[in-house]
Amino acid sequence: MADAFIYDHVRTPRGKGKADGSLHEVTAIELGTQTLRAIKDRNNLDPKLVEDVVYGCVDPVGEAGADIARTVALKAGYGKEVPGVQINRFCASGLDAVNLAAAQVMSGQKEMTIGGGVESMSRIGMGASGFGIAVDPSVAIDTYFMPQGVSADLIATKYGFSRDDVDAYAVRSHKRAAKAWEEGRFKNSVIPVTDVNGLIILDRDETIRPATDMQALAALKASFVQMGEMGGFDAVATAAHPDVEFVNHVHHAGNSSGIVDGAAAVLVGSKKAGKAAGLKPRARIKAFATTGSDLALMLTGPVDVTELVLKKAGMTPKDIDLFELNEAFSSVVLRYQQAFDIDDAVLNVNGGAIAMGHPLGATGAMILGTVLDELERTNKQTALVTLCVAVGMGVATIIERV
Amino acid sequence: MNLVNFRFETDADGIATLTWDMPERSMNVITPQVMEELNQVVDKVASDEAIKGCVIVSGKEAFSGGADLTMLQGLRDLYVKLAKEQGEQIAMQRFFDESRKLSLLYRKLETCGKPFAAAIHGVCLGGAFELALSCQLRVVSDDASTRVGLPEIKVGLFPGAGGTQRVSRLMQTGDALQMMFKGDQIKALPARNSGLVHAVLPRDQIVAAAKEWLKTNPQAKQPWEDPKFKLPSNKVHSPAGMQIWPPASAIYRRETNDNYPAARAILSAVYEGLQLPMDLALKVESRYFAKILRTKEAASMIRSLFVSMQELNKGARRPADVPASKLKKVGVVGAGFMGAGIAYVTANAGIEVVLVDRDIEAAEKGKAYSHKLVTDQITKGRAKTADRDALLGRIKASADYADLKGCDLIVEAVFEDPKVKAEVIAKVEAVVGPKTIFGSNTSTLPITGLAEHSERPKNFIGIHFFSPVEKMLLVEIIMAKKTGKKALAMALDFVRAIKKTPIVVNDVRGFYANRCVGNYIREGHLMLMEGVPPAMIEAAGKQAGMPVGPLSLNDEVAVDLAYKVLKATKAQLGEASVDPAQEKLLNEMVEKHGRLGRKNRKGFYDYPEAGPKRLWPGLAELTKNKLEPELIDMEELKHRLLVTQALEAAKTYEEGVVTDPREADVGSIIGFGFAPYSGGTLSYIDNMGAAAFVKLCESLAKKHGERFKPNRLLKRMAKTGDTFYGAAEKKAAA
Repeated sequence: MADAFIYDHVRTPRGKGKADGSLHEVTAIELGTQTLRAIKDRNNLDPKLVEDVVYGCVDPVGEAGADIARTVALKAGYGKEVPGVQINRFCASGLDAVNLAAAQVMSGQKEMTIGGGVESMSRIGMGASGFGIAVDPSVAIDTYFMPQGVSADLIATKYGFSRDDVDAYAVRSHKRAAKAWEEGRFKNSVIPVTDVNGLIILDRDETIRPATDMQALAALKASFVQMGEMGGFDAVATAAHPDVEFVNHVHHAGNSSGIVDGAAAVLVGSKKAGKAAGLKPRARIKAFATTGSDLALMLTGPVDVTELVLKKAGMTPKDIDLFELNEAFSSVVLRYQQAFDIDDAVLNVNGGAIAMGHPLGATGAMILGTVLDELERTNKQTALVTLCVAVGMGVATIIERV
Repeated sequence: MNLVNFRFETDADGIATLTWDMPERSMNVITPQVMEELNQVVDKVASDEAIKGCVIVSGKEAFSGGADLTMLQGLRDLYVKLAKEQGEQIAMQRFFDESRKLSLLYRKLETCGKPFAAAIHGVCLGGAFELALSCQLRVVSDDASTRVGLPEIKVGLFPGAGGTQRVSRLMQTGDALQMMFKGDQIKALPARNSGLVHAVLPRDQIVAAAKEWLKTNPQAKQPWEDPKFKLPSNKVHSPAGMQIWPPASAIYRRETNDNYPAARAILSAVYEGLQLPMDLALKVESRYFAKILRTKEAASMIRSLFVSMQELNKGARRPADVPASKLKKVGVVGAGFMGAGIAYVTANAGIEVVLVDRDIEAAEKGKAYSHKLVTDQITKGRAKTADRDALLGRIKASADYADLKGCDLIVEAVFEDPKVKAEVIAKVEAVVGPKTIFGSNTSTLPITGLAEHSERPKNFIGIHFFSPVEKMLLVEIIMAKKTGKKALAMALDFVRAIKKTPIVVNDVRGFYANRCVGNYIREGHLMLMEGVPPAMIEAAGKQAGMPVGPLSLNDEVAVDLAYKVLKATKAQLGEASVDPAQEKLLNEMVEKHGRLGRKNRKGFYDYPEAGPKRLWPGLAELTKNKLEPELIDMEELKHRLLVTQALEAAKTYEEGVVTDPREADVGSIIGFGFAPYSGGTLSYIDNMGAAAFVKLCESLAKKHGERFKPNRLLKRMAKTGDTFYGAAEKKAAA
């Protein structure tokens, strides 16, 4: 099997995913185009070498519909020869896109590919593409469908995380993200989003609140109480996990991932292709895995998939220098940390989606890049990237520097 | 036209009146013949140029109660027969075609080109309301007896003649689902306000108004026939739909624990149907209906909750040769919580009550309970002050036994102590006449023993109410050795008068209901001592279909009472008759921790002043055993909780305590809420098959103890393949 290497990665800053967010004026196509163009331009890449563009997008409707991957490849000037495919595995789509791009290289069918993703949550809106499994009773009932927030609260209750625990984690995310920006740790990867004149629209993640503290978060009301009680979902949670007497609702906007706009792209290729393009490989994609997990907990897939990918790679948690887990909700991270007994110092060291936001289809590619930058900065070797996924799935990738 | 069940006439304006008035029936009901005749009428209205429209009205005091459920059972039988003779495929197709005939007939009526109107007075339920829904106009009378609704869910069915589709096109989706989930009967004004009917008028105007409307609206069409029709809650796949549907599925699980396929079918039929044009939507509804009609849940619920319940209420067990008793005056002795409740339900049935206690204060206090209950009704708008005055006027509180003179029946509800009871019996018999029947309300004392204190043992019977009396539908009638048939007849007439359902049982310790439900509570206790997390025990009870978990239930009836009963059992039947783990638990709960139940806000749960009850954290200290939740088999917990009750029911049957499977089943559902979807304790066994049930019992006995060992009767049934109902039928035929 051929090796797949990462040659470069870029991401946009993340803009607040509402009408007053800075990236609201930018179309999803333009957002996805700018990352792809940056990959081409800063690597002096002959785009014809790229044999496929795989882009994650969770709500591919409206302007993001009709295969946005092919659309942005064309708009970014890759030429009619470069195909594109849009994929969706909810929150992990961006990482899956990189994995699928890598898989094509590993299988020897392609030499150079791009994986990435784009989501304009302010323009399209979460759930805009429909949600059959949530809406159709014939599956919703049997799969214990719940809104993610109730699942996150169930995780907190079942594994014993209090409101203080989850708030403290959120404070840490903001502090770490703020520090990372302060020290310029993201500077090599974040490209500013510009207008048609080249004027900068946004060059910095927009939702970080460095000053946030426990007191500020304590003032926020738990978000999923009404849904749990009136909407009946607490009963679904305890039916699936009868050892839990009642759901303790602890999550709110302040300790959950932010809704934002953003895009990311990762350039992947074989050794040969890199050489031909005159590029130096930065990391090897060592292993990746996907799995299904408990449906009601929904967001504990990272635990299961981490066990799986470590087994595939013949590794143990001790072999991993840095863990990067998408901060969908505080309890997701705390449970993951608990399951593998991971030290604070090696997990999400530069903050995550609670501080900087989670542009659904793009996040996986973004955090893969973030942790690669951090490996390089601290001269470490191996990282594991993982995300929880709606409807109880998990995706993980292990990379190692070369 | 050749009509037997209807009268059809057309007036000078060309408006036809179809009067539904079935011969030799007090209530109109949908039968194959009714369907056939209605079909003729639709053809006639559609084809006769002189007819502009047709109003449907009932010739009886009510419109109609809906379809004949035995007709549906017949369909099921047809399917089974055809499947055997001609194979599954042919049987299923035939069954599908037959089971949607009513739906197609209503659709034909709705689209025949001439408008129909339903003029409704009295109840109009189920298939009858579905008929009304397919009419372009529904006018109802403002009479208090007028009710519309789709109660099919209560017998494990769902509205399969267009009900799910039409209601969900008339009402907001959430309201439509709730209406069908609950199966409520809806009064005239709320029905109009929710859009189910168009107008409410005095009874004598409904037909005229309907005719007038038909005259002026000869082109009337149902709203959904309009190409521009918009669904009341917008499209299913929309932001609005996202607010409706996921919670609907969640609430379904919360309310049913996924034990009721019919409720689930309502969800799917509406969800899928709202995305389709009407004809296809109805076809989808029919597909689900055909499936639900074949479920064992529907068959069991129709049998127990409709057929058997009706039979028991009509006096299936009443000696036919005793003339009906005229209950004018009933004496209630003992004005405590039970006695006060019995006085209320009796007075509420229009019967004079003499409520006697040791002193007048106690008697008055018992009477005040009735005041409170009616006052609650008044605040809810369900009764008027005059009703309260009249009801209280029928209760005479007294401390003088002489006031019991002239009572047709005495119900004694004094303290559960044979000595106290003996005194009361003597005092009562000293004043009442030789024809007065004496009923003793006891849950623990053998009736035969009490009857020994009576000089007229033939007149002595047990009448066991459940608490709270005004809410609980079941009454156990207990036959002592010498109880005569006149006593039985009067006890049954009394139960019928107060609109409760009787089961007649023989006199064995615990009778029927309390033995089964006692086992349910005990199994919960034992699980707790094994180290099952208490939340899982409670969840297992509810998921199995019980109204509350075993620990909650024990809190309601009081933990110290359970301990008292256990001690009494041990004293009378010996060491081996009680489980040491249960004894240890109850002893510690009561003696060491003072946890008596809800009554002192400290039981298996804590009952804080504000907020919901929560499991007492101290439960964890009561046993050293701790089981890992992920390794506990929930299905096994559920089985244990139901099997222990069903097995006890089978034992009472073998011992001759209950003698009729209908009584065991109905009694278990309305007496202690035994998983209604199962049809009751004995249906639970019949549905599983005795062989499978015995096998399950044996495996549970091996793992959890002798208490699960099947009795001889069940083992025999497992061999012969008999069922409780099959054997009862054979016995009745012999």
